[in-house]
Amino acid sequence: MKLHEYQSKQIFSRYNIPIPKGRVTSTADEARVIAAELGGRVVIKSQVLVGGRGKAGGIRLAKDPHEAEDIATQILAMEIKGLPVRKVLVDEAASISKEIYLGITNDRAARKPVMMASSAGGVEIEEVARVTPEKIIKTHIDPLLGLKDYQARDIAIGIDLPKEYWKLFNQITNGLWLAYKDCDATLAEINPLVITEDGRLIALDGKMLVDDNALFRHPDLAELRDLDVEAPAEIEARKYGLTFIKLDGNIGCMVNGAGLAMTTMDIIKLFGGEPANFLDIGGGAGSDKVAAAMRIILADSNVNAILLNIFGGITRCDEVARGILVALADIKTKVPIVVRLVGTNAEEGRKLLSDAKMITAETLVDAAKKAVAAAKPELVER
Amino acid sequence: MSILINKNTRLIVHGITGNEGLFHTTQMVAYGTNVVAGMTPGKGGEWVVEGKIPVFDSVKVAVEATGANTSCIFVPARFAADSIYEAADAGISLIVCITEGIPVQDMMRVRNYLDQKKIRLVGPNCPGLLTPGESKVGIIPGNIAIPGNVGVVSRSGTLTYEVLYALMLLNHGVSTCVGIGGDPINGTNFIDALSLFEADPQTEKIVMIGEIGGTDEEKAAEYIVNHVTKPVVSFIAGQTAPPGKRMGHAGAIVEGGSGLATDKVKALQAAGVKVATHPEEIPSLLF
Repeated sequence: MKLHEYQSKQIFSRYNIPIPKGRVTSTADEARVIAAELGGRVVIKSQVLVGGRGKAGGIRLAKDPHEAEDIATQILAMEIKGLPVRKVLVDEAASISKEIYLGITNDRAARKPVMMASSAGGVEIEEVARVTPEKIIKTHIDPLLGLKDYQARDIAIGIDLPKEYWKLFNQITNGLWLAYKDCDATLAEINPLVITEDGRLIALDGKMLVDDNALFRHPDLAELRDLDVEAPAEIEARKYGLTFIKLDGNIGCMVNGAGLAMTTMDIIKLFGGEPANFLDIGGGAGSDKVAAAMRIILADSNVNAILLNIFGGITRCDEVARGILVALADIKTKVPIVVRLVGTNAEEGRKLLSDAKMITAETLVDAAKKAVAAAKPELVER
Repeated sequence: MSILINKNTRLIVHGITGNEGLFHTTQMVAYGTNVVAGMTPGKGGEWVVEGKIPVFDSVKVAVEATGANTSCIFVPARFAADSIYEAADAGISLIVCITEGIPVQDMMRVRNYLDQKKIRLVGPNCPGLLTPGESKVGIIPGNIAIPGNVGVVSRSGTLTYEVLYALMLLNHGVSTCVGIGGDPINGTNFIDALSLFEADPQTEKIVMIGEIGGTDEEKAAEYIVNHVTKPVVSFIAGQTAPPGKRMGHAGAIVEGGSGLATDKVKALQAAGVKVATHPEEIPSLLF
C-alpha cells in the first residue's frame, strides 16, 4: 500500500527526521491561510500516488499567499496520469544547496533490508542507478540487530557528506530505519534529503510503501489507503478476498491459485487469445466468493468468453460449481463459459453444471483452445 | 530414497485444532504420514483424529514426549513467525510452513535466525512436501502422484498439482515434490532443492516450476551449469503478466528489468534446461 508524501513525512517527523513546515489541505482557500502562516515563499505540491508530479505541473512555487491560492486552485482541478488531485501540501520553500537520496527497501536476494544513499539525489535517481550505479552506496541491515551507528557513518563518508552533518545524518538514518521497521514498510525513502543554504538537513520529499500483509497490526495505517489508485473492480474483489487485475483482452479467467492463474493467462495467449483479467479465487473458496468473482468478470463488457480452470486441492469443485450457478441465476448472460474442473470433488462439480449449457474441457490445452474459439467476436451474442 | 521426508518423518502439526490444520492432518494420516503430535496453545491434553494424536500447549514438551523431528505449520499469519521460532527453539530440524500472508519483515527476521541455527525451512505460503507412497507434509493432494524417479520443485501451489497430474497421466512417477512457496523471502530455494535431488539416488530427472519475480530461477540456471548432471525440465508461469502488477503471490512482482519470464527462460535454456511452453508439455520433454 502506498502512502502519500504528506503522510510519509508526518511519520518521518515522529522519528526525529526534520521536515519542512507546512500542512495539507483540500481547498485553495486554506492553502492561502497556510501560506500566510508560513510567511515567505511556499511550494504547493499535489498529493497523488504517481511519479512525475513535478513534470506534470503538479508541484509549483508561490511567492505570496495570494499566488498560493491561485496555484492551489489550478492544481486541485488537475488530473495527473488519470488520478484526480484531491489534496495539496503547502510547504515552506527551502533554499537548496545540495540534494541527497536516502532510502531503505527489502533486498529479497540478500533476505535483508538495504539502506541506499547517493550524493546525486533528486528526480534523476533512477537514471543515476542505471548509468552510474557506483554512485549509490548500499549497506545491508541485519534485521535482528538493526542499523548500527558505524553503518550510518560509512554511508555519510561514502556520499562525501561534510563532517559537520554526520551527527544529524545519523539521527535521520536511524529515524528512517525505525520508521521502516515499525510501520512494516517495504520502502521508506527521502528524495531529496537537502542541505539548505543555511546549513540544515531537511527531508523535502518522502515516500513509503507498507506491506499489505502487515496491516493487521497497523490499523492506523490501513485507514490511510487511497482508493483512487485502484480500479473499482479491484476494490470490490478485495472485499471478497479475491485477487483481481484487469487486463485488455476478451477472455475472462477464473482460477484458483496465483501460479495456475498466470499459467492460464499464458496458455490463452499461446493459443492466440487475450486474457481479460487475472483472477485468483484463492484456496478453499466457497460459493459466495465464486459468485462474486463471476459477477466481477461479467461486469467487464469486453469479455466474450470465460475460462474457468479449477484444480481442487483445498478448494472443492462442487462448491465452485454451486457458486457459478448462484451467479448465473442472478445475472443472465449469453457469454460462453468453458469449464475445467479437476481434483477434489470434480465429479460432483461437473454433475451440478451438466444442465447449465457450458463447454467442458478435460485438459488445460483443450480448455484454452475452446475458450479462444468461443471468444471470436462474430460468434458472441449478448 | 527421497529427499527431506520419508517413512521416518515424525511430524508435529502446529495449529492442529483449526479448520485447515485438522482437515489436512486427517488427510496426512490417511496418506500414511506419521503424525505424532499436534500443538495449539490452550488445547493441550486433547486428542484429535479419532483420538489418535495428542495435542500439546508447547512444542518443546511435545518434542520431549513424542520425538517429533519435523513441524508443519498451519497457524494464522499473525502468529506464524512465533510458531516457527518455537519449532526452531524446540530442536525441530525441518519446518514446513503452509501459512500464507506472513509480513515480509517477519520473514526476514525468521530467515536470518534460522540460518544462524542451521535449521531448514520450507515455505511459507507453500503446499509443502510429498514423497509418493511414503509421506506427505502439507496440503498437496496425495492421489495425483505415483512413486518414481522425477524430482519436482515449484514456487507455486495449484500449478504444482497441475504438473504432478500431467506427469501421472503419462505414468511418470515422482521421488519427492517440494513446494518452496511464492513469497519473496522464503526458506529452501531452487538451489537447495536441486542440490538435494542431485545427491538423491532415486531421483533421475528434475522438473523445476518457476514464476515471474526475483532472480531465483536465473541463479538456479547458473547452479545447474556447474553442479547438476541430471536432466532438468522447467516451466515459468507469468510469461504474459504485465510489468509492475502484483499477481497475487507477493513474490510474483515484475520489478523493472529483472524478474521477467523471458529473462528466466533465456537463462535456463542457456543452461541446457528444456523449457516447456505450457505445463502439459512437461512430460514429453522428460524423455
